[in-house]
Amino acid sequence: MTLDGVTPLLEVRNLVKYFPITRGIIFQKQIGAVKAVDDISFAVPPGETLGLVGETGCGKSTTARLLVRLLDPTSGQVLFDGEDVAQHKGPELKALHREVQMIFQDPYSSLNPRKTIGSIIAEPFAIHDMYAGSGERKQQVQELMDRVGLNPEHYNRYPHEFSGGQRQRIGVARAIALEPKLLIADEPVSALDVSIQAQVLNLLKRLQREMGLTLIFISHDLSVVRHMCDRVAVMYLGKIVELASSDALYSFPRHPYTGALFSAVPVPDPGGGKRQRALLSGDVPSPANPPRACRFHTRCPKAQELCWTEEPPLEDKGPGTLAACHFPLTREEVEQQLPAALTAAQASSST
Amino acid sequence: MSPLLDVEDLRVTFATEDGLVHAVDGISYSVDTSKTLGIVGESGSGKSVSSLTTLGLTRNQGAEISGQILFEGQDLASMTDDQLRRIRGNEIAMIFQDPLSSLHPFYKVGAQLVEAIRIHRDVSSSTASDRAVELLELVGIPDPLRRVNQYPHEFSGGMRQRAMIAMALANEPKLLIADEPTTALDVTVQAQILALLDDLQRRLGMAIIIITHDLGVVAETADEIGVMYAGRIVEHGSTAQIFNTPQHPYTWGLLKSIPRLDVMRDEELVPISGRPPSLIHRPSGCFFHPRCPYVRDEHRRIDPRLEPVPSDTDHQVACLLEPEVRTRIWRGLKEGQTPASLRPLASESNPAATAGTSQSGAQGGGE
Repeated sequence: MTLDGVTPLLEVRNLVKYFPITRGIIFQKQIGAVKAVDDISFAVPPGETLGLVGETGCGKSTTARLLVRLLDPTSGQVLFDGEDVAQHKGPELKALHREVQMIFQDPYSSLNPRKTIGSIIAEPFAIHDMYAGSGERKQQVQELMDRVGLNPEHYNRYPHEFSGGQRQRIGVARAIALEPKLLIADEPVSALDVSIQAQVLNLLKRLQREMGLTLIFISHDLSVVRHMCDRVAVMYLGKIVELASSDALYSFPRHPYTGALFSAVPVPDPGGGKRQRALLSGDVPSPANPPRACRFHTRCPKAQELCWTEEPPLEDKGPGTLAACHFPLTREEVEQQLPAALTAAQASSST
Repeated sequence: MSPLLDVEDLRVTFATEDGLVHAVDGISYSVDTSKTLGIVGESGSGKSVSSLTTLGLTRNQGAEISGQILFEGQDLASMTDDQLRRIRGNEIAMIFQDPLSSLHPFYKVGAQLVEAIRIHRDVSSSTASDRAVELLELVGIPDPLRRVNQYPHEFSGGMRQRAMIAMALANEPKLLIADEPTTALDVTVQAQILALLDDLQRRLGMAIIIITHDLGVVAETADEIGVMYAGRIVEHGSTAQIFNTPQHPYTWGLLKSIPRLDVMRDEELVPISGRPPSLIHRPSGCFFHPRCPYVRDEHRRIDPRLEPVPSDTDHQVACLLEPEVRTRIWRGLKEGQTPASLRPLASESNPAATAGTSQSGAQGGGE
């Protein structure tokens, strides 16, 4: 998959991760598998922000962990700068981690409470033997702290002395310490209060501009994803069901699941939110036993016989939009379901 | 007629080792039958404590409570625990944020529903079981006959929240307090639960207080909104007033700091600087002044009271800025200007302040 001649920084091909379900204590026998990520492919050109959205259990966090190699893929390729890193181990993996870093969701459990902020942020330097002189290392750390909006004088404080938003800044400082090329942010703002969220989002945007970072941004919050991302992949039960540029996806979603997601988002505009809501019935099925063929057919308002006999491929459905659906949404359906305010905003942006 | 629930000057403080925590500091609100009140605020703003106190659930935690909580004319705050127990779960019910930790993992969902019914009603257990099935059906759980005999862990997140709602509705309460009812749920399930609450309210005519940090949720559900900050209501008005002509700088901050689906993508977010104050050592003057971009010297001394907006008397705000200045700033913010460029002090040379009224307001600010 090449993107208009640009060599992608990251390319994922047919990535699969199954977690085995076993029975028995000593002689464990595999009786099934949770199909967390099931054959996904995408590419990210340098400097881009790709969003991964979906509900609980759709495999977005597993994907993130596979990309940073915190998990080993069951099969498939992860090409970073043209090199397959999916099976890297030891020194090769360590080298990869200079280029690929991650920011975690929970700023409370991702920082060691017994370490000072200074040593938490200096950890990547210690691992990679950089800035060995302690004075030099401290100076580097303080520059990083300044860069993410923390007071460098707080170098010797402990995580519990910081608020959630500040802790997330510490996590960001640690992630950018080695000047990685690719940063993966897994729900970086969902644990934060609304007024603090914006601070962290603005910080990430600024750092991306300054450092030329490529960003993979994972969130369940569709408004945040739209604000941050150039392209968005929508996941459902381990599959990518739609992949499109942010503008295309949000103005004309093609997959009924994407449409239902948008339609479910409450819009902070009383009166402007009037629309025919496409409410999905039921819950997401278990990834241990996903529905056959199209995985969305059990909840899809447009499902027909074809949907439970043949799996739709992820294919081009119009300018720049890839969707895996036999019966994609039409213009009229989109206009009915989406909030009036949303379609109005899009109409004005497209003219 | 007096409203169903009328809270007057409620104050809740907790004594801790570090000092007195002023969790709720003199708030007043009321809700009427078939109406929905939204209470919006961030963590630590006192929104949950105020509603827990309504049901007497902070009593055992060493809370000092003053003020009146009138429910159908009776003061809940001065009731004994026994009297309160008869109202709680019966006439006033509550649903909590995390349905997994609010359901008992050892008992079947049906048994927990039966318990909720039989505590308040003198009915046989078989009648109560029938009612439990009926309730599960009411909240849209498929196959309720089978589901009553299952344990909470066999339910998905959305279904647990439905079961919680079923339990809350067991005795047809007149008031339902929903504390972050959808925060732990995915958007598609959240939409289902909100639609369910709306439908139940229409059918049963109960009053709802919905507590949330999500402005989208209140916009779609509430008739009236109270915005809480540091234990106080800083702005109160109808949903249309809060979203169309918000008056308090904190409300502006909230509205401008969330990315939205219905505005242009490249619009910069305007975060509120700093973080919520400690409720032990509260700021002097206006509690919001350390984070307010429009602060003036006297705001550090004078504590604003919740007062009606002159042009719109059922819309109240606790802000020391002049109404004209507030109108001008909100207009500017809506046009995408930065708070810094709209500061009252700098506004005399600000080209944005064109209208005559805003000019005079701006001069008032320049003193």
